[in-house]
Amino acid sequence: MVNKDLELFDCGHRACGGCGAALAARLVLKGAGTNTIVVSATGCMEVFSTPYPETAWKVPWIHSLFENASAVASGVVASLQKQGRTEKVIVMGGDGATFDIGMLCISGAFERGHDLTYICYDNEAYMNTGIQRSGATPYDASTTTSPAGSCSFGNKRPKKDMPQILAAHGAPYVATASIAYPMDLMQKVEKAINTPGPCYVQLHAPCCTGWGFEGEQTVAIAKLAIETGLWVNYEMIDGKVTKVKKVVRKPVEEYLKTQKRFRHLFKPKRQDAEIAAIQAIADKNAEKYGIDIKLKKE
Amino acid sequence: MLEITEGSLAVAEAVRLCRPQVIAAYPITPQTHIVEALADMVANCKLDADYITVESEFSALSACLGASAAGSRTYSATTSQGLALMFEVCFNVAGMRLPIIMTIANRALGAPLSIWNDQQDSISLRDSGWLQFYAEDNQEATDLHYIAYRVCEDPAVALPAFVCFDGFILSHTYEPVEQLNQADVDKYLPKFAPKERLDAADPISFGMYATPEYYHEFRYAHDKALKDSAAVIKKAGEEFKKLFGRDYGAMVEGYLLDDAETVIVAMGSICGTTKDAIDEMRATGKKVGLLKVRVFRPFPSEELSKALAGAKRIAVLDKNISLGSKGALALEIRDALYGSRVSVFGYIIGLGGRDVRKKDIKEIVALAEKGQGDIFYGLRKEVL
Amino acid sequence: MALAVGCRARPGKARDNKTGSWRVFKPSFDHEKCTQCGTCKTICPEGCISEDTDGKFIPDYQYCKGCGLCAEECPGEAITMKQEEK
Repeated sequence: MVNKDLELFDCGHRACGGCGAALAARLVLKGAGTNTIVVSATGCMEVFSTPYPETAWKVPWIHSLFENASAVASGVVASLQKQGRTEKVIVMGGDGATFDIGMLCISGAFERGHDLTYICYDNEAYMNTGIQRSGATPYDASTTTSPAGSCSFGNKRPKKDMPQILAAHGAPYVATASIAYPMDLMQKVEKAINTPGPCYVQLHAPCCTGWGFEGEQTVAIAKLAIETGLWVNYEMIDGKVTKVKKVVRKPVEEYLKTQKRFRHLFKPKRQDAEIAAIQAIADKNAEKYGIDIKLKKE
Repeated sequence: MLEITEGSLAVAEAVRLCRPQVIAAYPITPQTHIVEALADMVANCKLDADYITVESEFSALSACLGASAAGSRTYSATTSQGLALMFEVCFNVAGMRLPIIMTIANRALGAPLSIWNDQQDSISLRDSGWLQFYAEDNQEATDLHYIAYRVCEDPAVALPAFVCFDGFILSHTYEPVEQLNQADVDKYLPKFAPKERLDAADPISFGMYATPEYYHEFRYAHDKALKDSAAVIKKAGEEFKKLFGRDYGAMVEGYLLDDAETVIVAMGSICGTTKDAIDEMRATGKKVGLLKVRVFRPFPSEELSKALAGAKRIAVLDKNISLGSKGALALEIRDALYGSRVSVFGYIIGLGGRDVRKKDIKEIVALAEKGQGDIFYGLRKEVL
Repeated sequence: MALAVGCRARPGKARDNKTGSWRVFKPSFDHEKCTQCGTCKTICPEGCISEDTDGKFIPDYQYCKGCGLCAEECPGEAITMKQEEK
């Protein structure tokens, strides 16, 4: 059972005020509990939580490199099994470490079937290095390497579908969650670590610095992502979607206009075609996952 | 018991006797026979280890890193491109002070692609903070694994090591090798019991980052541990001799050095050929000797300068080159002998599998006597 | 403190870094309005809000960065952000 009162991520870490990733770390550890070993990829979370000797992690924790966390975790799992130990192994990586540079190691670890849970805190760009585009950056988001400009609306590609890729590896449990729904997030983490085999949980963790909004809005914006259908919270068991968070959908612009990374869609001129293209992404999500709550006509 | 066996199989048997709990390796020529043999031992319950069939060398060493930090004795083997792919992890393993042992079946680095032997691969990792042992023959290659585990797992050392032996020349050659038995190895090599490991009962953070306030000191501590490992190697070698008769107490080993005017310095299998060439030269009255460098990291500067003090000239054989500069061994020997009047001549030799024969060694001695060095030896002028 | 081998550390030292000094706005808790739902405690990225012996939610101002998430998300509007007096 999830123990909401368990604090395994210590005060004093150096995340920005209102950081979605710091909240994600706290919630994940509440879901996982004390009998957990965390393997972190290089990234914002790793850096803001572990300047020597000030570690914020109250569970055993290891960081090696940017791209090898799941390979390191494979070794940890093998070692624990050989020693007859019971700790659960969690990998924590940002979207850059997960969608891009760590892909090879993740694929290998999932194909081999190690008993580990990979958690991607997805803030949709390389935040630690200064907000560069990753494979998780949404369509039209302006980043420092996909800047909006006179002949660009920002990132030209939609998000890579990592959960499907890992489900295709045969992962028995794949889920998406959001820091806006802490209980759901914690329960999914708990479920993942208690499911034998390689499991994947992708967490939407807004980044106030990278996306351009005030830290107090982190949870509200995460909620809007779900309410507009641009982020879908779901569970997949053995590759089949078994549970989806349904919503009464709002237009995507309610989400877009809260963040500076999409500001070019509204100023100096409203870009109707681009907003419509993003709405189409949300509509496609809604159809694919069946998230719409149909209101009865009066 | 003396057995005629392939080098790779002899090494695999030594590794088995060291009881690694986690092995992670990726196949690459000419390392494959070692890891195939280990996989076979695991499949037949002759070795109680988890063999992780990783998807790359990069993951092989990364998995070893995790397993070692979690408290298991860990092993990998690779060569050439595989080792190059591990470059980033190599520095990491060493900086995190994890005693992983890795066999390197030395091979050239591309481009151009070459599967044949030289020592460019491990030499290129000389700055990564690992111990580096080089074997002359398969007996030594086998024994050095026991020594390496024993030294590296010593809490005062806590560093990883390469045990290097020449690809094909040793790895695929059948030679008589005396294998130890399990009881003897267990006596020599106690169970791996690191003071710190990933453990929910005592949470520790591994691999934190260091600010400029600390990084400099961490590098100093790492360098000091590597240099200080020399004393631990000496002790481990002496104890090995006491128990099993073969002597690995010294990091360098002389052959007919006492009255030698010309001393050849070399590493690896080339030392065997050199000894034979020296015997023939001695028979004609030439005062030639060999200094074999068994341990390249830590670099045995003191032992070297002592052993080479009486020589008139030194001919260093390098199966590697720091392109744009010189052979790594020659460079470091010059540094070790700085201030002495001994002349040091470097020869780049046997790259990418080019055979080195007794006549080549004799020719090099003649070149050194004429004061000609710092050259690529044996270039085929007709193709240049 | 002696340098740890391999840049390792046990938990505890993060607390030496008093992030409360970053704060510009300070959350003020109105315990009359509080419904004890615990949202503030759950969503605080610092994990610095806890219940005192009377069950009142109190932030640890040594670490509270003043991000304002608790005030924004409090369903009873029991938390207000006020300019920090320095």
